[in-house]
Amino acid sequence: MADDRLIIAGREFKSRLWVGTGKYKDFVETQKAIEASGADVVTVAVRRVNITDRSKDNLLDYIDPKKYTILPNTAGCYTVEDAVRYSRLARAAGLSDLVKLEVLGDEKTLFPDTAGLIEAAKILIKEGFIVLPYTNDDPIVAKKLVDIGCPAVMPLAAPIGSGLGIRNPYNLKIIMETVKVPIIVDAGVGTASDAALAMEYGADAVLMNTAIAGAQDPLAMAEAMKYAVHAGRLAYKAGRIPRKLYATASSPIEGML
Amino acid sequence: MQDAIHIHVNGQARTWRSGATVADLLQDLDIRTERVAVELNLEILDRATFDQRPLKDGDRVEILGFIGGGSF
Repeated sequence: MADDRLIIAGREFKSRLWVGTGKYKDFVETQKAIEASGADVVTVAVRRVNITDRSKDNLLDYIDPKKYTILPNTAGCYTVEDAVRYSRLARAAGLSDLVKLEVLGDEKTLFPDTAGLIEAAKILIKEGFIVLPYTNDDPIVAKKLVDIGCPAVMPLAAPIGSGLGIRNPYNLKIIMETVKVPIIVDAGVGTASDAALAMEYGADAVLMNTAIAGAQDPLAMAEAMKYAVHAGRLAYKAGRIPRKLYATASSPIEGML
Repeated sequence: MQDAIHIHVNGQARTWRSGATVADLLQDLDIRTERVAVELNLEILDRATFDQRPLKDGDRVEILGFIGGGSF
Protein backbone atom coordinates (compact mmCIF):
# COMPACT_ATOMS: atom_id res chain seq x y z
CA MET A 1 0.00 0.00 0.00
CA ALA A 2 3.07 2.22 0.00
CA ASP A 3 2.18 3.60 -3.42
CA ASP A 4 -1.55 3.82 -2.69
CA ARG A 5 -1.55 7.58 -3.02
CA LEU A 6 -4.59 9.73 -3.41
CA ILE A 7 -4.25 12.10 -6.35
CA ILE A 8 -6.56 15.07 -6.86
CA ALA A 9 -5.99 17.65 -9.58
CA GLY A 10 -2.38 16.50 -9.91
CA ARG A 11 -1.70 16.83 -6.19
CA GLU A 12 -0.59 13.78 -4.26
CA PHE A 13 -1.81 13.05 -0.75
CA LYS A 14 -0.35 10.46 1.59
CA SER A 15 -3.25 10.30 3.99
CA ARG A 16 -6.79 9.25 3.22
CA LEU A 17 -7.97 10.79 6.45
CA TRP A 18 -8.48 14.53 6.26
CA VAL A 19 -9.34 16.51 9.37
CA GLY A 20 -10.90 19.79 10.39
CA THR A 21 -9.36 22.12 12.94
CA GLY A 22 -12.46 23.41 14.73
CA LYS A 23 -13.89 22.72 18.19
CA TYR A 24 -10.64 21.82 19.93
CA LYS A 25 -9.85 23.02 23.46
CA ASP A 26 -6.81 24.96 22.24
CA PHE A 27 -4.21 25.03 19.47
CA VAL A 28 -1.94 22.58 21.27
CA GLU A 29 -4.70 19.99 21.35
CA THR A 30 -5.49 20.75 17.70
CA GLN A 31 -1.87 20.18 16.75
CA LYS A 32 -1.56 16.94 18.72
CA ALA A 33 -4.82 15.52 17.39
CA ILE A 34 -3.83 16.25 13.80
CA GLU A 35 -0.49 14.59 14.36
CA ALA A 36 -2.13 11.53 15.93
CA SER A 37 -4.54 11.27 13.01
CA GLY A 38 -1.72 11.15 10.48
CA ALA A 39 -3.70 13.48 8.21
CA ASP A 40 -1.82 15.63 5.72
CA VAL A 41 -4.79 17.77 4.72
CA VAL A 42 -6.43 20.04 7.26
CA THR A 43 -9.41 22.28 6.73
CA VAL A 44 -9.60 25.82 8.06
CA ALA A 45 -12.23 28.53 8.05
CA VAL A 46 -11.84 32.15 6.96
CA ARG A 47 -12.86 34.77 9.49
CA ARG A 48 -12.15 38.34 10.57
CA VAL A 49 -8.82 38.76 12.32
CA ASN A 50 -9.11 39.92 15.93
CA ILE A 51 -7.85 43.50 15.70
CA THR A 52 -8.34 44.44 19.34
CA ASP A 53 -6.44 41.60 20.97
CA ARG A 54 -3.31 40.75 19.03
CA SER A 55 -1.90 38.60 21.80
CA LYS A 56 -3.93 35.63 20.63
CA ASP A 57 -2.05 32.89 18.83
CA ASN A 58 -2.50 32.13 15.19
CA LEU A 59 -3.61 28.65 14.12
CA LEU A 60 -0.91 28.55 11.45
CA ASP A 61 1.74 28.90 14.16
CA TYR A 62 0.69 25.40 15.19
CA ILE A 63 -0.08 23.85 11.83
CA ASP A 64 2.84 24.31 9.50
CA PRO A 65 1.60 25.05 5.97
CA LYS A 66 4.82 23.49 4.68
CA LYS A 67 3.93 20.20 6.32
CA TYR A 68 0.18 20.15 5.72
CA THR A 69 -2.05 21.05 2.83
CA ILE A 70 -4.24 23.82 4.18
CA LEU A 71 -7.70 23.47 2.74
CA PRO A 72 -9.80 26.59 3.35
CA ASN A 73 -13.54 26.12 3.45
CA THR A 74 -16.51 28.40 2.99
CA ALA A 75 -18.14 27.25 6.21
CA GLY A 76 -21.03 29.40 7.30
CA CYS A 77 -21.91 30.60 3.80
CA TYR A 78 -25.58 30.32 2.88
CA THR A 79 -25.52 32.14 -0.45
CA VAL A 80 -23.60 31.78 -3.71
CA GLU A 81 -22.30 35.35 -3.31
CA ASP A 82 -20.89 34.68 0.16
CA ALA A 83 -19.32 31.37 -0.82
CA VAL A 84 -17.62 32.98 -3.82
CA ARG A 85 -16.47 35.96 -1.73
CA TYR A 86 -14.99 33.75 1.01
CA SER A 87 -13.28 31.53 -1.57
CA ARG A 88 -11.61 34.58 -3.12
CA LEU A 89 -10.57 35.81 0.33
CA ALA A 90 -9.17 32.38 1.17
CA ARG A 91 -7.10 32.42 -2.00
CA ALA A 92 -5.86 35.93 -1.23
CA ALA A 93 -4.89 34.92 2.32
CA GLY A 94 -3.38 31.59 1.41
CA LEU A 95 -1.10 30.14 -1.14
CA SER A 96 -3.25 27.91 -3.28
CA ASP A 97 -6.34 27.67 -5.43
CA LEU A 98 -7.82 24.87 -3.33
CA VAL A 99 -11.15 25.45 -1.69
CA LYS A 100 -13.63 23.21 0.05
CA LEU A 101 -16.83 24.76 -1.19
CA GLU A 102 -19.86 24.80 1.09
CA VAL A 103 -23.13 26.52 0.27
CA LEU A 104 -25.47 25.68 3.10
CA GLY A 105 -29.22 25.31 2.84
CA ASP A 106 -30.43 25.95 6.35
CA GLU A 107 -29.13 26.32 9.87
CA LYS A 108 -30.89 23.34 11.37
CA THR A 109 -29.66 20.62 9.02
CA LEU A 110 -26.65 22.38 7.47
CA PHE A 111 -27.48 20.34 4.39
CA PRO A 112 -25.89 21.70 1.23
CA ASP A 113 -27.92 23.93 -1.07
CA THR A 114 -26.92 21.90 -4.10
CA ALA A 115 -28.34 24.33 -6.67
CA GLY A 116 -26.29 27.13 -5.09
CA LEU A 117 -23.30 24.82 -4.83
CA ILE A 118 -23.26 24.09 -8.55
CA GLU A 119 -23.68 27.78 -9.38
CA ALA A 120 -20.84 28.84 -7.06
CA ALA A 121 -18.60 26.02 -8.30
CA LYS A 122 -19.07 27.15 -11.91
CA ILE A 123 -18.00 30.70 -11.07
CA LEU A 124 -14.96 29.58 -9.07
CA ILE A 125 -13.77 26.98 -11.58
CA LYS A 126 -13.86 29.69 -14.25
CA GLU A 127 -11.58 31.75 -11.98
CA GLY A 128 -9.09 28.90 -11.71
CA PHE A 129 -10.06 27.48 -8.34
CA ILE A 130 -9.69 23.79 -7.55
CA VAL A 131 -13.15 23.26 -6.12
CA LEU A 132 -13.79 20.38 -3.73
CA PRO A 133 -17.55 20.58 -3.17
CA TYR A 134 -19.28 19.53 0.04
CA THR A 135 -22.44 17.97 -1.33
CA ASN A 136 -25.40 15.81 -0.48
CA ASP A 137 -25.38 12.04 -0.99
CA ASP A 138 -27.14 12.63 -4.30
CA PRO A 139 -25.59 10.79 -7.27
CA ILE A 140 -27.08 13.16 -9.84
CA VAL A 141 -25.69 16.26 -8.16
CA ALA A 142 -22.31 14.52 -7.73
CA LYS A 143 -22.23 13.82 -11.45
CA LYS A 144 -23.15 17.41 -12.30
CA LEU A 145 -20.34 18.69 -10.09
CA VAL A 146 -17.85 16.47 -11.90
CA ASP A 147 -19.24 17.50 -15.29
CA ILE A 148 -18.60 21.18 -14.55
CA GLY A 149 -15.01 20.47 -13.52
CA CYS A 150 -14.74 19.50 -9.86
CA PRO A 151 -11.74 17.15 -9.49
CA ALA A 152 -13.33 15.37 -6.50
CA VAL A 153 -16.66 15.34 -4.72
CA MET A 154 -17.34 15.33 -1.00
CA PRO A 155 -20.70 13.79 -0.22
CA LEU A 156 -21.87 13.81 3.38
CA ALA A 157 -22.35 10.67 5.45
CA ALA A 158 -24.88 12.45 7.69
CA PRO A 159 -25.53 16.05 8.83
CA ILE A 160 -22.44 17.96 9.94
CA GLY A 161 -21.52 17.22 13.54
CA SER A 162 -24.38 14.72 13.96
CA GLY A 163 -22.21 11.64 14.43
CA LEU A 164 -24.96 9.54 12.84
CA GLY A 165 -22.63 7.65 10.53
CA ILE A 166 -23.46 6.74 6.95
CA ARG A 167 -27.19 7.35 6.53
CA ASN A 168 -27.47 6.22 2.95
CA PRO A 169 -24.80 3.71 2.02
CA TYR A 170 -26.62 2.78 -1.20
CA ASN A 171 -26.51 6.33 -2.52
CA LEU A 172 -22.84 6.58 -1.64
CA LYS A 173 -22.18 3.33 -3.49
CA ILE A 174 -24.00 4.64 -6.55
CA ILE A 175 -21.88 7.82 -6.41
CA MET A 176 -18.72 5.71 -6.16
CA GLU A 177 -19.79 3.64 -9.16
CA THR A 178 -20.91 6.46 -11.38
CA VAL A 179 -18.47 9.24 -10.62
CA LYS A 180 -14.95 8.79 -11.88
CA VAL A 181 -13.15 11.20 -9.59
CA PRO A 182 -12.04 10.71 -5.98
CA ILE A 183 -14.91 10.60 -3.46
CA ILE A 184 -14.22 12.05 -0.04
CA VAL A 185 -16.92 11.23 2.48
CA ASP A 186 -17.34 14.40 4.49
CA ALA A 187 -19.31 15.06 7.67
CA GLY A 188 -21.48 12.96 9.93
CA VAL A 189 -18.96 10.31 10.95
CA GLY A 190 -19.38 9.38 14.62
CA THR A 191 -16.81 6.76 15.40
CA ALA A 192 -14.08 4.61 13.89
CA SER A 193 -16.37 1.98 12.39
CA ASP A 194 -18.20 4.69 10.40
CA ALA A 195 -14.91 5.75 8.82
CA ALA A 196 -13.90 2.15 8.14
CA LEU A 197 -17.26 1.47 6.50
CA ALA A 198 -16.93 4.50 4.24
CA MET A 199 -13.54 3.25 3.09
CA GLU A 200 -14.80 -0.34 2.67
CA TYR A 201 -17.57 0.95 0.42
CA GLY A 202 -14.86 2.43 -1.78
CA ALA A 203 -14.49 6.02 -0.65
CA ASP A 204 -11.10 7.48 -1.54
CA ALA A 205 -10.84 9.46 1.69
CA VAL A 206 -12.82 10.58 4.72
CA LEU A 207 -12.93 14.10 6.15
CA MET A 208 -14.03 14.70 9.72
CA ASN A 209 -13.79 17.20 12.54
CA THR A 210 -16.35 16.78 15.33
CA ALA A 211 -15.92 12.99 15.63
CA ILE A 212 -12.35 13.63 16.76
CA ALA A 213 -12.54 17.05 18.41
CA GLY A 214 -15.75 16.21 20.26
CA ALA A 215 -14.60 12.82 21.57
CA GLN A 216 -13.85 12.54 25.28
CA ASP A 217 -10.24 11.83 24.36
CA PRO A 218 -9.61 13.55 21.01
CA LEU A 219 -6.04 12.27 20.65
CA ALA A 220 -7.07 8.64 21.14
CA MET A 221 -9.97 9.07 18.71
CA ALA A 222 -7.65 10.68 16.16
CA GLU A 223 -5.45 7.60 16.32
CA ALA A 224 -8.49 5.29 16.12
CA MET A 225 -9.62 7.12 12.98
CA LYS A 226 -6.19 6.73 11.42
CA TYR A 227 -6.35 2.94 11.84
CA ALA A 228 -10.02 2.78 10.81
CA VAL A 229 -9.39 4.58 7.53
CA HIS A 230 -6.32 2.48 6.86
CA ALA A 231 -8.11 -0.79 7.71
CA GLY A 232 -11.13 0.15 5.62
CA ARG A 233 -8.94 0.98 2.66
CA LEU A 234 -7.02 -2.31 2.98
CA ALA A 235 -10.25 -4.29 3.22
CA TYR A 236 -11.65 -2.52 0.16
CA LYS A 237 -8.51 -3.28 -1.85
CA ALA A 238 -8.43 -6.87 -0.55
CA GLY A 239 -11.99 -7.54 -1.72
CA ARG A 240 -14.43 -8.90 0.79
CA ILE A 241 -16.12 -12.30 0.55
CA PRO A 242 -19.67 -12.38 -0.73
CA ARG A 243 -22.48 -12.58 1.81
CA LYS A 244 -24.24 -15.95 1.93
CA LEU A 245 -27.33 -17.06 3.77
CA TYR A 246 -25.92 -20.39 4.99
CA ALA A 247 -22.70 -21.53 6.57
CA THR A 248 -19.67 -22.71 4.63
CA ALA A 249 -17.30 -24.86 6.67
CA SER A 250 -13.75 -23.62 6.82
CA SER A 251 -12.32 -26.98 7.94
CA PRO A 252 -12.27 -29.99 5.58
CA ILE A 253 -14.60 -32.98 6.12
CA GLU A 254 -11.86 -35.30 4.87
CA GLY A 255 -9.96 -37.12 7.65
CA MET A 256 -12.84 -37.00 10.08
CA LEU A 257 -13.71 -40.19 12.02
CA MET B 1 -6.50 64.95 15.91
CA GLN B 2 -5.53 66.78 12.81
CA ASP B 3 -5.77 65.19 9.41
CA ALA B 4 -7.60 62.25 10.84
CA ILE B 5 -9.76 59.93 8.78
CA HIS B 6 -12.66 57.86 9.98
CA ILE B 7 -12.67 54.31 8.71
CA HIS B 8 -14.23 50.98 9.59
CA VAL B 9 -11.89 48.07 10.23
CA ASN B 10 -13.58 44.67 10.62
CA GLY B 11 -16.81 46.46 11.39
CA GLN B 12 -15.32 48.67 14.11
CA ALA B 13 -15.20 52.45 13.75
CA ARG B 14 -11.62 53.70 13.96
CA THR B 15 -9.89 57.00 13.61
CA TRP B 16 -6.66 56.79 11.68
CA ARG B 17 -4.00 59.15 10.50
CA SER B 18 -4.52 60.54 7.06
CA GLY B 19 -2.12 59.35 4.39
CA ALA B 20 -1.79 55.88 5.88
CA THR B 21 -1.82 52.96 3.46
CA VAL B 22 -3.26 49.51 3.96
CA ALA B 23 0.27 48.30 4.71
CA ASP B 24 0.63 50.99 7.41
CA LEU B 25 -2.70 49.98 8.93
CA LEU B 26 -1.65 46.33 9.14
CA GLN B 27 1.66 47.29 10.64
CA ASP B 28 0.01 49.54 13.22
CA LEU B 29 -2.36 46.71 14.12
CA ASP B 30 0.56 44.30 14.42
CA ILE B 31 -0.81 41.98 11.74
CA ARG B 32 1.53 39.95 9.56
CA THR B 33 0.62 40.54 5.95
CA GLU B 34 1.55 37.09 4.65
CA ARG B 35 -1.33 35.38 6.41
CA VAL B 36 -4.26 37.67 5.79
CA ALA B 37 -6.55 38.79 3.03
CA VAL B 38 -7.65 42.40 2.90
CA GLU B 39 -10.84 43.69 1.38
CA LEU B 40 -11.04 47.44 0.82
CA ASN B 41 -14.59 48.59 0.10
CA LEU B 42 -15.41 45.05 -1.10
CA GLU B 43 -12.38 44.88 -3.41
CA ILE B 44 -9.95 42.10 -2.51
CA LEU B 45 -6.46 43.52 -2.64
CA ASP B 46 -3.33 41.91 -4.02
CA ARG B 47 -0.88 41.59 -1.12
CA ALA B 48 1.84 43.20 -3.23
CA THR B 49 -0.19 46.41 -3.48
CA PHE B 50 -0.90 46.97 0.23
CA ASP B 51 1.63 49.80 0.40
CA GLN B 52 0.19 51.49 -2.68
CA ARG B 53 -3.33 51.76 -1.35
CA PRO B 54 -3.85 54.90 0.72
CA LEU B 55 -6.86 54.92 3.03
CA LYS B 56 -9.44 57.65 2.79
CA ASP B 57 -12.27 58.85 4.94
CA GLY B 58 -15.20 56.42 5.01
CA ASP B 59 -13.25 53.39 3.83
CA ARG B 60 -14.38 50.00 4.96
CA VAL B 61 -11.54 47.57 5.51
CA GLU B 62 -11.95 43.88 6.22
CA ILE B 63 -8.96 41.86 7.38
CA LEU B 64 -9.44 38.11 7.35
CA GLY B 65 -7.32 35.11 8.18
CA PHE B 66 -7.58 31.39 8.79
CA ILE B 67 -9.06 29.99 11.97
CA GLY B 68 -9.91 26.51 13.16
CA GLY B 69 -12.84 25.02 11.34
CA GLY B 70 -14.21 21.84 9.91
CA SER B 71 -17.56 22.25 8.33
CA PHE B 72 -20.18 24.56 9.70
